[in-house]
Amino acid sequence: MAQPLLQVKNVFKHFGGFTALADVSVDIAPGERFGLIGPNGSGKTTLINCVSGALRNESGSIVFDGEEISRLPAYRRTRLGIARSFQIPRPFASMSVLENLMVPLEYVARERRGEEEHAMALLRQIGLADKAHTPSNQLSQVELRKLELARALAAQPRLLISDEAMAGLSGSEVDEVLKILFELNATGITVIMIEHIMQAVMRFSQRVVCLDAGKIICEGAPADIVKNPDVQRAYLGA
Amino acid sequence: MRKGDLVYWVSAAIVLAVLVAFAMSDANEYFFFAGYTVLTVVTLATAWNILGGYAGYVNFGTAAFFGVGAYTAVLLFRALEAPLVIQIVAAAVVCGLMGFATGLLTLRLRGIFFAIATVALIFIMETVVINWRYLGGATGLQLLRPDLVGPFESYTRMLFAVMALMAVIGVSIARYIEVSWIGRGLRAIRDSEEAAEASGVPTLKLKLFACTVSGALMGAAGAPMPMYLSFIEPFSTFNLLWSVNALASAMIGGTAHWLGPVLGGLVLSSLQQIVTVTISSEINVLVVGVLLVFFVVAAPDGIFGLLKKLFLWRSRSSR
Repeated sequence: MAQPLLQVKNVFKHFGGFTALADVSVDIAPGERFGLIGPNGSGKTTLINCVSGALRNESGSIVFDGEEISRLPAYRRTRLGIARSFQIPRPFASMSVLENLMVPLEYVARERRGEEEHAMALLRQIGLADKAHTPSNQLSQVELRKLELARALAAQPRLLISDEAMAGLSGSEVDEVLKILFELNATGITVIMIEHIMQAVMRFSQRVVCLDAGKIICEGAPADIVKNPDVQRAYLGA
Repeated sequence: MRKGDLVYWVSAAIVLAVLVAFAMSDANEYFFFAGYTVLTVVTLATAWNILGGYAGYVNFGTAAFFGVGAYTAVLLFRALEAPLVIQIVAAAVVCGLMGFATGLLTLRLRGIFFAIATVALIFIMETVVINWRYLGGATGLQLLRPDLVGPFESYTRMLFAVMALMAVIGVSIARYIEVSWIGRGLRAIRDSEEAAEASGVPTLKLKLFACTVSGALMGAAGAPMPMYLSFIEPFSTFNLLWSVNALASAMIGGTAHWLGPVLGGLVLSSLQQIVTVTISSEINVLVVGVLLVFFVVAAPDGIFGLLKKLFLWRSRSSR
């Protein structure tokens, strides 16, 4: 394997007496489509919060493109090329859809000119162009998910973390979002997908890691993961 | 220059010219006495809105910054007989630093906790002054106004013109912040700090910047106060009513646009002045309450929001 884009090494995170992440290590290659699964409360979101900078890991290291980032504030990590969408959409509610994208364009890409055209181009790519001037608090669920992805894209990431971008969407909407993620990956963006919709993760990922109670219980190709007895036990409690 | 910049600067220059010309006219002295207070409230509301309106951090400490600005001026005047311009600049610097320090200590607090911390600041600064005899302590200090400078008939008229200039500068700074990328970053912070960080916005830096600028403007607005009254004492200087008026003006006028605090300050403070003269000075506190309740219930986006709706509605129905 070439030098990994993201290297998570022996990461620990506690909340009070609760161990959210225990000795988690994982490497992600450039251009990879990586799936992260696990039952509720297994530490998926905590792990990506540690990667994106919303939380700080207590020990272990997180290396992005050869640089240790685990002490950097979140906005610096975004500028290095790690963008994320939020599990519960967090639009900038007082702004229009277009303006939402202009925040990362201005702060990450430092575009002070022509950022509106750039934002429009991104909205067309995601399929939100007709909503550009809609206040973002008037969007439907699927539109909010797309806005999350579009805003993350506006940060011009090399690594995109999609945190349950499809939760609560209908079958055809899941396909829509999945198609977007495939297209982004085809342009060279590494994607980490956190998802409960198994069918989507399995179709999308080249490699899947399953977390349970803060530990990686198995890692492998999607087809092998579903057959793994540990994964079945974690999900079904058998 | 962006579209609208020219319109703004021309209008601002006209407003300032009219106010200064008014100060040189032979209108009744009372107008300047009352007008000074109105302009002070406009400046304070504008300063408050930079942090409270754009970034959504409700600051109850306006009175602390205003008071420290005033006492900085007193200190410089007593110790060095510094001219008014120096007093104002020094007050802005001191209160800017105070804003920065307060920000460092409190900005990790959100919502109600931040508001409470800023209230505490008023009592801390008031207590410091009460126990500082050189500044007059609790009994206050009589101040002799220096000789009049400029083409004005009285000191009050001159201070009115100074305050008008300060209000225009304050509004211009607020407007610059609002229309620039800084303003977009502050709005992103108000909507969601996590999402702002994830979009590359350095939230702590931007909040500290807003705190510093807001504090500096509040301090500058307080600096001429001792000369305006020829007297200073801590209880009215650190009066919570300054905080309430600044906050209420911004809310009444509308916090989303720089014009909001200006309109709100003009309406609220003028009304208070009128009520004080015609009915009673006690009732003027009631005015704040009634207006605030009315606007929070009936027009949460303030006067500016109402005007915008009216304008949109008219342009739509005329089509």
